[in-house]
Amino acid sequence: MSTLLEVSGVSVSFDGFKAINNLSFRIGQAEMRAVIGPNGAGKTTFMDIVTGKTRPDEGRVLWGERSLSLLGLSEAQIARAGIGRKFQKPTVFEDQSVHENLLMALQGPRGPWSVLFYRPKAADLARVGELATEIGLADHLPRKAGELSHGQKQWLEIGMLLAQDPRLLLVDEPAAGMTPEEREHTTAILVEAAKTRAVVVVEHDMEFVRRLNCKVTVLHEGAVLAEGSLDHVTADKRVIDVYLGR
Amino acid sequence: MRNSFVARHPSVLAFLALLALFTLGVSVLSEGFGIGLISTSFVKTLGKTLCLCLIAVAMDLIWGYCGILSLGHFAFFGLGGYMIGMWLMYERTRLIVEGSLAQGALPPTEQEIVDAIGTQIFGVVGSSDFPLVWAFADSLVLQLAMVVLVPGLLALVFGWLAFRSRVTGVYLSILTQAMTLALALYLFQNDSGLRGNNGLSGLQNLPGVEAPQSVVSLWFFWASALALGLGYLLAAWIVSGKFGSVIRGIRDNEARVRFLGYSVEIYKLAVFTLTACIAGIAGALYYPQAGIVNPAEIAPIASIYLAVWVAIGGRGRLYGAVIGAAFVSLVSSWFTGGQIPDLVLGPLEVKWVDWWTIVLGLSFVLVTLFAPSGIGGLFDLWQGRRPPDRHGADLGPDAGALREQEATE
Repeated sequence: MSTLLEVSGVSVSFDGFKAINNLSFRIGQAEMRAVIGPNGAGKTTFMDIVTGKTRPDEGRVLWGERSLSLLGLSEAQIARAGIGRKFQKPTVFEDQSVHENLLMALQGPRGPWSVLFYRPKAADLARVGELATEIGLADHLPRKAGELSHGQKQWLEIGMLLAQDPRLLLVDEPAAGMTPEEREHTTAILVEAAKTRAVVVVEHDMEFVRRLNCKVTVLHEGAVLAEGSLDHVTADKRVIDVYLGR
Repeated sequence: MRNSFVARHPSVLAFLALLALFTLGVSVLSEGFGIGLISTSFVKTLGKTLCLCLIAVAMDLIWGYCGILSLGHFAFFGLGGYMIGMWLMYERTRLIVEGSLAQGALPPTEQEIVDAIGTQIFGVVGSSDFPLVWAFADSLVLQLAMVVLVPGLLALVFGWLAFRSRVTGVYLSILTQAMTLALALYLFQNDSGLRGNNGLSGLQNLPGVEAPQSVVSLWFFWASALALGLGYLLAAWIVSGKFGSVIRGIRDNEARVRFLGYSVEIYKLAVFTLTACIAGIAGALYYPQAGIVNPAEIAPIASIYLAVWVAIGGRGRLYGAVIGAAFVSLVSSWFTGGQIPDLVLGPLEVKWVDWWTIVLGLSFVLVTLFAPSGIGGLFDLWQGRRPPDRHGADLGPDAGALREQEATE
C-alpha cells in the first residue's frame, strides 16, 4: 500500500525542551492507526506539526503521491490538501446552527469570492442531511451548536471532519466525555471512515483503542517507542515500563 | 433569489421600509419640498446621522461579525470626505476665480486661472502651489473614484501587513489606532497639502448649482438614505450566507476556521477593505452636509465613539448598529446643543454640554456589563428569543464545557 503521509527525522524543541525528538511515522492511504503514550510524549505536538501549527526545527513531512512537503504550507493550505483535525475539546461554532457548522466544513472552494457567491446546491444539502443522520443530529440541524450536549458537540465535530472529506483524519481523544453507547457509535464511525482514508487516533483509553482493532504507535519523550498490534506493544517490556506500568 | 433572501431575513425588509418611510416623512416636513416644519439645518443633521448609521453598519461588519475591533474606520470616513472635498473646493474656487478674472481687459490664460485657484485655496497655509495629491482635483469622476480607492488601498496595505503577521485582539486595535493618529497628525501639518488644521471648507456649496441650501440639503439627505439602504442590503447579504458563517467563525475561533481550510487572513483583509470603502462613501456624503472637514475629525476619539455607538446599539446585528449610531448621535447633539436646562444639585451644577461625555461613558460601561446585546437586544426580548438555559455552572475552562447538570445525567 502506498504511503499517504511520511514524517521522517522530525525534531522540535520549545525553550530547550525537546518535545519531538527524531520522530518518524508513516501511514498508508486507507489505514487506521492509534497513537498512544503518556502525558508529554509529544502526541499533540506531532499533530501540530502535521497540520502546520508548529514548524519543526528539522526533518521532513511529505504528503501524497507527489511527496509534497507540508513544511512550507499554511494551516489552511494543509487543510485544503486533505488533512482534517479534530481537537481534544470540542471546538464547534457555538453561535451558529448545526446546519451552518456542517455547511461551512463541507468540501468545496474556500476562496472568499466563491464563498461569497456560494448558495447551497441540492447535493450539498443532501450531504449535510446524510452526515447529520450519521452523527445522530438529524433532528437538531436548526439548533445552535452551543445548545448541544458535550457528546453531541463531539459528534458534530466529527461530522464536520467527515464533511471536509479529508484523506487523512487526525482525531484527538474522540471518546473523551462520552457514555459507553456513544463511544461505540464513535468507534463505528471511525472504523467506517478508515475504509476509504487514513485515520490517526490519539487516545488514552486502552479499551477504546482495543475496539479500534488497528496498528498502534507508542510515543515516548517525542520519539516512537514501539509499533505493532496492541497485543504486541503491550507485551513490549519498554512500553510496560514507561506507560502501562505507571 | 431576491424573494427568498428577503423572506429569510424579514428584518431587512422592515428596515428598508422604515428607512423609506422616514425619508418620505422628512421630505414632506422639510423646508425645501414640503410644509417647512423641519428646518434645513435639522435636515442636514438627519442626513449626517444617516451617514453615521452607514459607517456604523461597516463597523458592525468588521467588529460585530468579524471580531476585529478597528479603531481606524473614522480615518477612512474622513479620507472619503477629503477626497470629495478636494473637488468641491477646487471647482467652486475655479468658478469664482474665472468670474473675477473675466472682468479684466485680457482673457486669462489657463496658467493664470490655475495659479489664482492655488492662491485662493492654499493662501491660508502660506502657499499657492498645488501639491501632488491635488492632481485630479479638477475631475469629479476621478475624485469620486478616489472616495472608494484611497480608503480601500490604505486598508488593503495596512490590513495586509497587520493580518499577515497575525496581529489580533487588543494589539490590532492599538495598531489601527496608531494608524489613525499618524494620519491625523500628518494632516494637521500645513505642508501635508490638505490645508493643515484648516481642513477643507465651504463644502456645502455645490459648484454650479443655483438651488438654495434647503433643496441641496434634501438631495444629500436622499443620497445618504439611498447609500444607507444599499449598504445595509449589501451587508445583510454578505452576512446571510456562507461568507457570514466563515467571518463569524473567525470571530469566535479563528484557529478552527484555519483548520477547516479557509485562509483567515484573506477573509479579514476582504472585510477590512470592504468596510473601509463603505466608510469612505459614508464620509463623502457626510462632509458636504457638515460643510467642513479637518484633521480633528480623523482623531482616534471619533473611531472610539463609533465603537461605543455599535456597542450600545448591539453588535453582531446590523439594525443594532444603525439604532446605536442614530440614537447616540442624535441624543448627543441634543445634549450638546445647549437646549437642556442645567441641573443644579446644591453646590454641583450639571452643565449637560460638559457632562454629556460622562453620561455617554457611563452608559457604555453599563451596557457592556449588563446588556451586552445592547439596544438591539430589546428585539430579542420582544420576540421571546432568549439564550438557552444551560442549567448549572460549567465544569470546564470554557463556555462549551460540560455542565453540572449534564454531568450528573
